[in-house]
Amino acid sequence: MTNLVTLTRMRMRLAMRNKMFFFFSLIMPMVFFFLYSAVFAKSDPNIVAYLLGPVLGLNVMGSFWGLSAALVMFREQGILRRFHVSPVTEVDMLVSSILANYALTLPTVIVELLLARFLFHVPSLGNLFSVWLLVTIGVVSFGSLGLVIASVTNTMQETQVLNQLLWLPLIFLSGATIPFASLSTVVQKIALFLPATYLVHGLKNAIVEAASPGKLLVVIVSLSLWFVLTLFLSSQLFRWEPEAKIGRKAKLYVAATAIPFFLLGLWEAKNGRVIAEEKATIQRLDAADKGKEKSEQHPKPDSTKPDAPSQDHN
Amino acid sequence: MPEPVIRVENLSKRYGDVEAVRGVSFSVNEGEVFGLLGPNGAGKTSTIEILEGLRNADSGTAMVCGYDPATDSDALKHEIGAALQSTALPDKLRVMEALKLFSSFYKRHKQPEELLKRFGLEEKRNAFYSQLSGGQKQRLALAIALINDPKVIFLDEPTAGLDPQVRREIYDIIEELRHDRKTIVLTTHYIEEAERLCDRVAIVDHGKVIKEGTPSQLKQASGDKTRIEVRLTKPETDAALKCLEGVSDCRILNDVYVLHCARPPQAIVALVKYLETQNNELVGLEISTPSLEDVFIELTGRRLRD
Repeated sequence: MTNLVTLTRMRMRLAMRNKMFFFFSLIMPMVFFFLYSAVFAKSDPNIVAYLLGPVLGLNVMGSFWGLSAALVMFREQGILRRFHVSPVTEVDMLVSSILANYALTLPTVIVELLLARFLFHVPSLGNLFSVWLLVTIGVVSFGSLGLVIASVTNTMQETQVLNQLLWLPLIFLSGATIPFASLSTVVQKIALFLPATYLVHGLKNAIVEAASPGKLLVVIVSLSLWFVLTLFLSSQLFRWEPEAKIGRKAKLYVAATAIPFFLLGLWEAKNGRVIAEEKATIQRLDAADKGKEKSEQHPKPDSTKPDAPSQDHN
Repeated sequence: MPEPVIRVENLSKRYGDVEAVRGVSFSVNEGEVFGLLGPNGAGKTSTIEILEGLRNADSGTAMVCGYDPATDSDALKHEIGAALQSTALPDKLRVMEALKLFSSFYKRHKQPEELLKRFGLEEKRNAFYSQLSGGQKQRLALAIALINDPKVIFLDEPTAGLDPQVRREIYDIIEELRHDRKTIVLTTHYIEEAERLCDRVAIVDHGKVIKEGTPSQLKQASGDKTRIEVRLTKPETDAALKCLEGVSDCRILNDVYVLHCARPPQAIVALVKYLETQNNELVGLEISTPSLEDVFIELTGRRLRD
């Protein structure tokens, strides 16, 4: 336990001394936040609330990128080898990197939520406990995916190629960048096999619909199972030595990480719940938007009263 | 007779088609500095890594501080310290932070302050690892190896790649550890290092221990003969030079004729006279006292650095 605490502190300290960390973990998420809120949502509080899920989703998903690169760099430079000769275990190394990443991601998420609430006047941040739960499970599970990537790649180049190959479908198909409802039916069905789709969908539901953890049980359980599976795989495939190369067969283990979301995707494709919910949310937003336009064109005499109920609070 | 701290019997390790360690056996007593001397690729690092619990042997047995490295590596790591080859620390980790970090991993540990002072790193306590010179990095590696006050210290090529002055600094530190009666196993391909630092040396080649003993025992076993290295304008046969008065052996290594002589003055006179008769001339001549290099050449027919 002491090893875990001291290693977590070391990882946090090292990250905070790294300029790249500040760029990818603080500046980039903020750029996305303001791009989505001020440009795409035109500062409309309802749309900012709707886009907050995808913004947080991007932030959470980015975890796998940093963790995989850091672990491969540690292995290539012989740093892991130095720790190997001390009483530090594979699990200490892996869990400490996940914990440090979580502790460093959470403040950015909190800042984004506060900015949404007080700068863009989002009327409600939904069910904050559900948001916290999804962010937590999301950061640790995507972080764990990064550790599997580090374990199945032999060089930094291979790691970056695999990261790119995973990152692009995760951000473009999950609804994090392109609204899920605007994707074609075929692409939506493909997206149902991606963990990112459920994370972004869950975050949107937690914020816009104030969904309780009970209503998000499928997302929470599937992401948790995925976390356990990816962490177990990364500990089994962990290599301390730079010269210890992984065989082609072992690389196939990475396919095992797809199992939980492959099964969930099959079930969702048949059931159509996520697609229907995404459609309903968009329709509700459109209706609210039209209502707002109408009320702006024909203002009711009592609508200017400060205590008048607003549709924005739905 | 006390039980050895390290006992290795018939250890073997294979990487694919390469047999890195082939039936290595030796033992190390408490307070002894034991050297594994051999060229690169001889199997020294593989042997030492098996003893540290970093790799598993394919066959054979090893016991270090009463633990089997293959099955009790967690407990063993609390008893040993190691400075490995080609390791590093994170660039942005400060010297003092590194010592504190590693001290937190052990049940028993020394004060980081004490080690900073002992290894002359006090002024660098707040420096990042990336800001240290090669010698400072190696001193830090040694300080970390001693952080848990280990019973056995493994030093894998502790001075490889360092300049002569830094190398001498590291020798002084190892000599201090020897005075403290620490058990040390070091691997090296530097003759000077093995002769100066080791109580006993095992000469390793192609994964096997080919000779073991104290440096003086090994030199005596090879005849304790002076080595004369000569370069000639025209080639000669080793058989002809071997027949000269005072010369007991002659080998040709990279165009250099290495003569092993029990009586060097007679050998030099005989050599000069012989070369005159052959219309040949000396280009260079070097005389050296017997060293472990001679033992290695005698046993393998090669130089350590070949």
